[in-house]
Amino acid sequence: MEIHDIVIVGGGPAGMAAAVVAYDAGCSDVVILDREPRLGGILMQCIHNGFGLHKLGKELTGPEYADVYARQIEKRGIRIYTETMVTSVSPDKVVTAQSRSGILKIQAKAVILAMGCRERSRGALNICGARPAGIYSAGTAQKLVNCMGFQVGKRVVILGSGDIGLIMARRMSYEGAIVEAVCEVMPYSGGLTRNIVQCLDDFGIPLYLSTTVVQIHGDKRLEGVTIAQVDAQRKPIESTKRYIPCDTLLLSVGLIPENELTRAAGIPIDPITNGAIVDESCQTMLPGIFACGNVLQVHDLVDYVSAEAERAGIGAVRYINSFGSGNLGIETKAGNGVRYVLPQKIRNVSENVELFLRVTRPFSQVKFTVSDETKVLTSVKRLKAAPGEMEKITLKPEMLRDITGPITVNLEVL
Amino acid sequence: MKKILTCIICPKGCTLAAEITDGKVSVSGHSCPKGAEYAENEVLHPMRTVTATIRVANRENTMVSVKTESTVAKDRMMSVMAALRDTVVNAPIAIGQVLLENVEGSAIVATKQID
Repeated sequence: MEIHDIVIVGGGPAGMAAAVVAYDAGCSDVVILDREPRLGGILMQCIHNGFGLHKLGKELTGPEYADVYARQIEKRGIRIYTETMVTSVSPDKVVTAQSRSGILKIQAKAVILAMGCRERSRGALNICGARPAGIYSAGTAQKLVNCMGFQVGKRVVILGSGDIGLIMARRMSYEGAIVEAVCEVMPYSGGLTRNIVQCLDDFGIPLYLSTTVVQIHGDKRLEGVTIAQVDAQRKPIESTKRYIPCDTLLLSVGLIPENELTRAAGIPIDPITNGAIVDESCQTMLPGIFACGNVLQVHDLVDYVSAEAERAGIGAVRYINSFGSGNLGIETKAGNGVRYVLPQKIRNVSENVELFLRVTRPFSQVKFTVSDETKVLTSVKRLKAAPGEMEKITLKPEMLRDITGPITVNLEVL
Repeated sequence: MKKILTCIICPKGCTLAAEITDGKVSVSGHSCPKGAEYAENEVLHPMRTVTATIRVANRENTMVSVKTESTVAKDRMMSVMAALRDTVVNAPIAIGQVLLENVEGSAIVATKQID
């Protein structure tokens, strides 16, 4: 059995950033395991630009952003095992993987989980109809078009207005396809406003809110879909049914953190984020096992993934160096208008702690208040807040002094 | 004439108002200089970066991702795409390598390394 200080599961943006920062913090024995032949993860198929503005101060495409980190890893000589699929992580930090040369077992001092997420599939939606060819998750279509050069379809309907769906609407238009519609079951888009502008408006693609696909038509190849508006309970309204001929349906209906390894290790999962419950250093409830990036919470910006992974990387090094304590920590809670708050626990109150959260629906002119049972710790105002855009609130050590009970983040409309 | 725009420069997506009087543009609602520049361009001559792919001839089922090095006129995006469709390149390709010198006023550069 190999022995290493830090084993990182996944070589996407989170795994790469965690590796670099852990190395720079003094831990040179870091290993990254990834099932793909090269580092970069999902960034390699995200060929559009808009990455890196926060973190690197310039606007890059996905593969360029990945390359910045891949070079840093190469420069440091950090060990990488590609085409290596981790099959289990045990609570005592033995990582088992399947590689080209057989089963690999590594005893780690600390493990960083950075497996990312996968797409919700058609099966989760209960859409009526047969199973013809031409129905893809948006990310699968993205890989087929962007990396392999296949033409996925010529006449397209997209269900779901998350960023991947919007980006693919533009991409398919670039490739000469006609995108008939983007349908969104919610009354607001789940994507960034700027993507609605540059991916839909630029190409005259209509966005139908409170609308979903209710039936799939076609036997061998998709021939069309029936769409319908939905009521407040998201039930389709019969009288609004409308047929759209198309040969391709792309599904952009949500991302699911890929936490099979996490669950199997017995690590507690937050039912809202679908990621591990963590403290401010991204440490799970199993000491020495950390989680970061989209496997922890689904992010809208890769820049925030890298930043989160850096906290995990530092956390892992400190854990190995026996810094930090076993105290239970301060619990954080989502209050009015807030869907979740991460980290769910705060242990180290000697440094600034960043709280990340998402709101339950779009709001304008709001105030977020962080308080415990007796007093307000801090509050911040925002012109607007939307579920698709993660919010960040920084807590300073003096705010957390003497706090023991749970703290709650509440949203108030001004 | 007043136009309401959403800035596409960064994920913040500020709501901008651009007003043209006598060919001069005054912008409000921006929170950085890039936003003002974007709004001015957007009402006078909208520009976009195009990101797409070019087929790699000597690798099976492989595309190299590319971008326009500078922005191109929004109404010329499809002309850029037509030029890319007619092009094939050979690996190895380095990030930043110029694959086409001038398409609608911009170079086309690789954004991915193909070994």
